[in-house]
Amino acid sequence: MMRKTEIAVLATLAGIALTANFEIPAQAQGRGGGNKQAAPATGAPAPFVAYPPRPAADPAKVARGKEIYTVNCAFCHGEDARGGDVGPNIIRSQILLNDKDGELLSPVLESGRPAQGMPNFKFTAAQTSDLSAFIHTFRVAGYDVTRNRPATIVVGDAKAGEAYFKSACAGCHSVTGDLKGIGSRNSDPRGLQQRWLMPTAGGRGGAGQAAPTTVTVTMANGQKIEGRLGRIDDFVVTVLDADGLSQTIRRNGDIPKVEIHDPIQGHRDLMPKYTDKNIHDVTAYLVTVK
Amino acid sequence: MKSLLAAFLALPAFLAAQGVDANMLLKPLGDAWPVYSGDYSGRRYSSLTQLNQSNVKNLTLAWVGRVAANAGAGGRGGNTIVGGEGTGEVVAGGGNTIKGAVLQVNGVLYVATPDNAWAIDARDGHELWHYFWKTRGATHIGNRGMGIYGNWLFVETPDNYLVSLDARTGKERWHKTIANFEEQYFSTTAPIVVGNHVLVGTGNDLDEPGVLQSFDPESGAVQWKFYSVPMQAGDPALSSWKNLDAARHGGGQMWVPGSYDPDTHLYIVGTGNPSPAYTSVSRGEGDNLYTCSIIAINVDTGKLVWHYQTSPHDTHDSDSAQTPVLVDGTFNGRPRKMVVTASRNGYYFTLDRLTGEHLVTSKYSDSVNWAKGLDANGAPKRDPAKDFDIGGALVSPANSGITNWQPPAYSPDTGLFYVPQNDNYAMYYLTETDPRGAMGLGGKEETSVGSAGSYLTAIDPKTGKIAWRHRYPGNGGSPNGLLTTAGKLLFGGDLGGNIVAYDPANGKILWHSHIGQVSNAPETYMLDGHQYLLVASGDTLFAFTLY
Repeated sequence: MMRKTEIAVLATLAGIALTANFEIPAQAQGRGGGNKQAAPATGAPAPFVAYPPRPAADPAKVARGKEIYTVNCAFCHGEDARGGDVGPNIIRSQILLNDKDGELLSPVLESGRPAQGMPNFKFTAAQTSDLSAFIHTFRVAGYDVTRNRPATIVVGDAKAGEAYFKSACAGCHSVTGDLKGIGSRNSDPRGLQQRWLMPTAGGRGGAGQAAPTTVTVTMANGQKIEGRLGRIDDFVVTVLDADGLSQTIRRNGDIPKVEIHDPIQGHRDLMPKYTDKNIHDVTAYLVTVK
Repeated sequence: MKSLLAAFLALPAFLAAQGVDANMLLKPLGDAWPVYSGDYSGRRYSSLTQLNQSNVKNLTLAWVGRVAANAGAGGRGGNTIVGGEGTGEVVAGGGNTIKGAVLQVNGVLYVATPDNAWAIDARDGHELWHYFWKTRGATHIGNRGMGIYGNWLFVETPDNYLVSLDARTGKERWHKTIANFEEQYFSTTAPIVVGNHVLVGTGNDLDEPGVLQSFDPESGAVQWKFYSVPMQAGDPALSSWKNLDAARHGGGQMWVPGSYDPDTHLYIVGTGNPSPAYTSVSRGEGDNLYTCSIIAINVDTGKLVWHYQTSPHDTHDSDSAQTPVLVDGTFNGRPRKMVVTASRNGYYFTLDRLTGEHLVTSKYSDSVNWAKGLDANGAPKRDPAKDFDIGGALVSPANSGITNWQPPAYSPDTGLFYVPQNDNYAMYYLTETDPRGAMGLGGKEETSVGSAGSYLTAIDPKTGKIAWRHRYPGNGGSPNGLLTTAGKLLFGGDLGGNIVAYDPANGKILWHSHIGQVSNAPETYMLDGHQYLLVASGDTLFAFTLY
């Protein structure tokens, strides 16, 4: 869910039409989405959670399990159970995913895995249950908001970015004009980077807020209708006038003639040209424009 | 006559009256639509000609029908039958959108969305029955439709059950577990019935192995299981993984239906991404077979016959899960049985479908930049610099792919293969700092930077070259699937909410109707002497015909 919200917000910022079609990217991107949902707050109606986390076990039991794990298991499987130099990640193991209270873990511990170098362990049923409860406290999901993240996305060279800006961007933009103070106006460098890459009409303040896309429709009799582009497909074009009133004009192939003026066409044209270093450098430069 | 008699002798008595028999499923696409792609070839090419270029402009609305989901949805003249293993307290979000095939057999349409199935009267769109499944949870992203055998329907539920319904009443016959909910599988694909096999794939976004299973249509017993990644020591594909544990968590889900070649008994299906999808260090340096591949499985044995990997060691979730399309024709002057696919990764492939021999690769997207050149097998060579970056890597395609599950089509009349295309870009940010990498789809965040354009693209399978391309006005979006017919028509939804008929020879627009964003691939069938065009927008079906 959080994933989809994120996509929706960013897609809006990027000026992508959010139609029913939006579901199609989600077919891929949202496939693990439910994993990211937080547990519902007490008393609130429960939101849909694709794979609900396990109910919290007795803290004393978990603490006992942690002690057993730390002494016996962490050396190979890692303190976080995501695997070490020797032992595999056991959070995602089919045995532990299906295990409820140590009942599937127990036979593995009793016999060990001699072929893989895992010794056997003689735990009581209660100890195995405690161990299971501890291992089940780890979040089982691809996305996990509690994971450590890189401190910043700013990895470029500001000097090189300035040079690139002068060669590729300065034809339209100026750090003393439209982009004055852009580094101060944007506290999130990643948001800044996304928005200078692909600004959008009507975006919230800051970097590269673009003028709206406009359209000129030349009718068969020579009459011109101009204004902001509402929507366009192969069959109609909708033009909005200065008051926001819309006029929809039927299209039939090349009649009437439709010319779209996309103020961020320059940004689109640069997409295939940038190197990632160019992008990182420009961002490193723009964050210094205070 | 002889073959008819043989067919009757071979089939159990219950099939004789009404339902779908094995012969019906072997027919080229025509009056009925009894399987996901209409027929086994995946071509979505209908032999019907009543509707054609000369009269398509007269195509008119016959009826509109909306399907109401969840328990207590009744009130549309049908009965809601409730099944399921859940408590009924969990109501999944995600809307009630028809994103799959609608079967049409003997004047009845069979429609599914996650947790819901309906029988709809194909003559006027009214509901005959509704089945609702109380879910345990799992990812509710879509449902690709049902399979039918005799009078028995088969549908997958998001929480991984294969449910068999009586097509006449909607009453449940049985349900069987496809995969374990606790391992975070989710099941969306359409079961494909071949002979007495019900072929069932599933999905997973944690790190669990891809599995295709064959169920007995009568009993629901599992006949065989095929894993798309090595599950045992000694597997010949194991050397393409870091170790057995990595392989056993390596993904490769078969979440879109494949095609079937009756001559060779090969089920040809695409496999999904290796897992973990992005931070691939735990997978080793190898190709990670048989993920992101087109694979051929003998339906009698469940054994792999050949494979071709479209994205070796994929790092962008570029599932090769598009329905492969069977094409018969000449290649380099001699007859060839081929299979073709335009992959999510932006590359097009023609293969020999008897052997998997590689024949053609082409880059059909202008924007794709994740690979540098082709390897000795004709597969794109991944550029590791374009995996991701802490500062962001600008990559095309975005996660949704240049194309995705939306069905392509092939016309033997034009000899062209048609694919919905979106040349999209995204910034891929590495967010995982742990050198062991992340699990599942984790470890990176991807932010869209829009599209360089969306197209309806016609590709020549002999060369991989683009024969023509229609650019949709606007700045991108993912168009839906396609249908082509012997009436020399090509149908598809555009990005503006229109269902459109094109000339398959050149992309010229012949007819359209604005119905709202099209959510599945259009279909056609014959009923009472009239040819229909059927297409869904959200929870609503639109049937067009000629009077």
